[in-house]
Amino acid sequence: MTVTEDETRDLEADFERTVAAEGRIEPRDWMPEGYRRTLIRQIAQHAHSEIIGMQPEGNWILRAPSLRRKAILLAKVQDEAGHGLYLYSATETLGVDRAELTEKLIDAKQKYSSIFNYPTLTFADIGVIGWLVDGAAICNQVPLCRSSYGPYARAMVRICKEESFHQRQGFELLRTLMAGTDAQRAMVQDAVDRWWWPSLMMFGPADGDSPNTQQSMAWRIKRHTNDELRQRYVDMTVPQAAALGVTLPDPELRWNEERQAHDFGAIDWDEFAQVVKGAGPCNAQRLANRRAAHEEGQWVRDAAAAYAAKQARRTEGAAA
Amino acid sequence: MSMADDTTAHVEGEPRFDGSTPRASWPLYEVFVRGKRGLNHVHVGSLHAPDDTMALHNARNLYTRRNEGVSIWVVRGDAITASSPDEKDPFFAPSGDKVYRHPTFYEIPDDVPHL
Amino acid sequence: MHSHDETDDENVYDALATADDDGRWAFGTGFDAGTAEIDAPVPDGVDRDDLATYCLMLADDALVASQRLSGWTTKAPELEEEVALANIALDLLGQARVLLARAGHLGAAEPYRGERSDGKGGCAGPQDDEDVLAYFRDDRAFRNVTLVETDLGDFAQTVAWLLVLASWRLALLRRLTGSRDPVLAAVAGKAVKELTYHRDYAAQWVLRLGDGTALSHARMQAGLEAVWPFVEELFTAHAVERRLVDAGVAVDPTELRWEVDAVLDQVLPAATLTRPERPAVGLVGGRGGRDGVHTEALGLVLAVMQSLARAHPEATW
Repeated sequence: MTVTEDETRDLEADFERTVAAEGRIEPRDWMPEGYRRTLIRQIAQHAHSEIIGMQPEGNWILRAPSLRRKAILLAKVQDEAGHGLYLYSATETLGVDRAELTEKLIDAKQKYSSIFNYPTLTFADIGVIGWLVDGAAICNQVPLCRSSYGPYARAMVRICKEESFHQRQGFELLRTLMAGTDAQRAMVQDAVDRWWWPSLMMFGPADGDSPNTQQSMAWRIKRHTNDELRQRYVDMTVPQAAALGVTLPDPELRWNEERQAHDFGAIDWDEFAQVVKGAGPCNAQRLANRRAAHEEGQWVRDAAAAYAAKQARRTEGAAA
Repeated sequence: MSMADDTTAHVEGEPRFDGSTPRASWPLYEVFVRGKRGLNHVHVGSLHAPDDTMALHNARNLYTRRNEGVSIWVVRGDAITASSPDEKDPFFAPSGDKVYRHPTFYEIPDDVPHL
Repeated sequence: MHSHDETDDENVYDALATADDDGRWAFGTGFDAGTAEIDAPVPDGVDRDDLATYCLMLADDALVASQRLSGWTTKAPELEEEVALANIALDLLGQARVLLARAGHLGAAEPYRGERSDGKGGCAGPQDDEDVLAYFRDDRAFRNVTLVETDLGDFAQTVAWLLVLASWRLALLRRLTGSRDPVLAAVAGKAVKELTYHRDYAAQWVLRLGDGTALSHARMQAGLEAVWPFVEELFTAHAVERRLVDAGVAVDPTELRWEVDAVLDQVLPAATLTRPERPAVGLVGGRGGRDGVHTEALGLVLAVMQSLARAHPEATW
């Protein structure tokens, strides 16, 4: 269908008005190509993160040290599969197929959150992922419940409710461990030492190095800059760490009365760049696992499709 | 667990699939759920399934967490005809068209990722 | 800064953080096992140790099966199946927990607490009975049928395994709803719905793989063949079971064969599959899983499952 320049200008004006008035863009609305592309990239990355994020936690399901913890962990990892599915659903309303996104993921052409390229070495990591990683995810995601794109915003409402449940579960596990044996307490501190800095990196590059942020904010796809969200996360987490009795591994972390916020040390952006580039501790392993599951499942998916086709032919045959 | 890398003699050398089936992903279904009696069915999202029966299974697992007593409708996305004149895009006919652009409409470029 | 936005966000966050809506969690409500009357008295004329052992049999079937199914996590052939397989594993785990708690109430956990007479390290903390029994019992004390401990192989073998297991357990627990033991009856009543779903899920997949492509058909038949030698044991009654059948507490497994056969006779032909003709796996001196004589697989399953708990015998989690 061809659209004249005048028509495009009108459509663009409609779009801008809707977004500026905090309205929601719905799937059949016209949208600028950049908006569509940005959304697909952001939602797909988010979906991929949920799916890859199942792996570090899945690593402990078989060894969870009590049946209650095993049930909680299994349900949580299952939730993450569900979140991935909700989000892939949202991308499909933008005209892109989930299978295509999966191919992009396993070909390393699309990214997922770098945090999942770190290993889970002890069971305390499960609690710390709930507390810090899900906590950071909530800071990032709650504003997205008001994202300008309707299907994304609706998916995020569901996801945020479940994430907050996960975070509480994680915190509760850590509280139990901190009230336990010396070995358990040491396990928690060790996990915090390893996950704190990567969790700060979850908010992405500093604002000055994040070229797309301004456009995303104008489109109301993002609501806050990376640094704003990171600051909010630090301020939220410091008192929780104190309540827990763990030390956050940053000697420069302190309250700044003037700013009414915490100052914190410099993030190692070289490490972040390494992990984003694919050279983190677990990048290769995570992608290889995902690729293996997808490729080894092909014969199953083919079989179900073949069966459905046969059934359809049988139904037609019976009707004729 | 040993995954599906089994090299059982009688399947070795077979094609990955029998050729009569296009290597397509499962079709998209839209899901509608009635949370409790007295309410309408509400659209909650979509999923993929090879056929109607499995679509219901998947919908129950994913969108209701197998909450008993919840009524679920699933319908193939391409079977829905939509009209929403309020949503403006010349790509769509004003009435009697698809719910949204069909997946595979949009080629995503191999974007340099930005985090 | 966006102070207006921030306020809104905080409100959203507060609502999330404080909302007591755990009821919407299908599994969120189930994490604390066993509100059923675990401490109900032993029915008249029933041997306490027999009842405890029977609870362990049914619990271990579910626990080990759940552990095996959990191994599919992040490896399922499609994301929708991740969700489905985890659901089934969670259901089975839930069944196991109540049954273990009942067995524990009947004294089954005591030998594994503190200094053990055999010199092995027992559990040294205030762990719940369910965890003592799951994590501090050795493989020789597990009473599950060997079917549940077998390696699940590929997806075809897994759904063959699940079809047999769920059909059998459903037939068993449906009868158990009439047990004179109120805990067994209650567990069975809840489990029947779950197992009906598991059986249906498995049957749907057996149908699709059996009558799908040439490759899936071959794998489905091979999966069925792999599972078959472990089927006979399901219909073999142990002395404890026989005594409890007489007491009106347990189900006679020999009665379940026709019901499982009826399911298979319906599903296998529809899936263009052939009923295997493979002999049952041999026993060691006539003893099988119900006697604590297992395949080599169980030791490995438990080595993984119990490793962390046993490394910290005094810890609770």
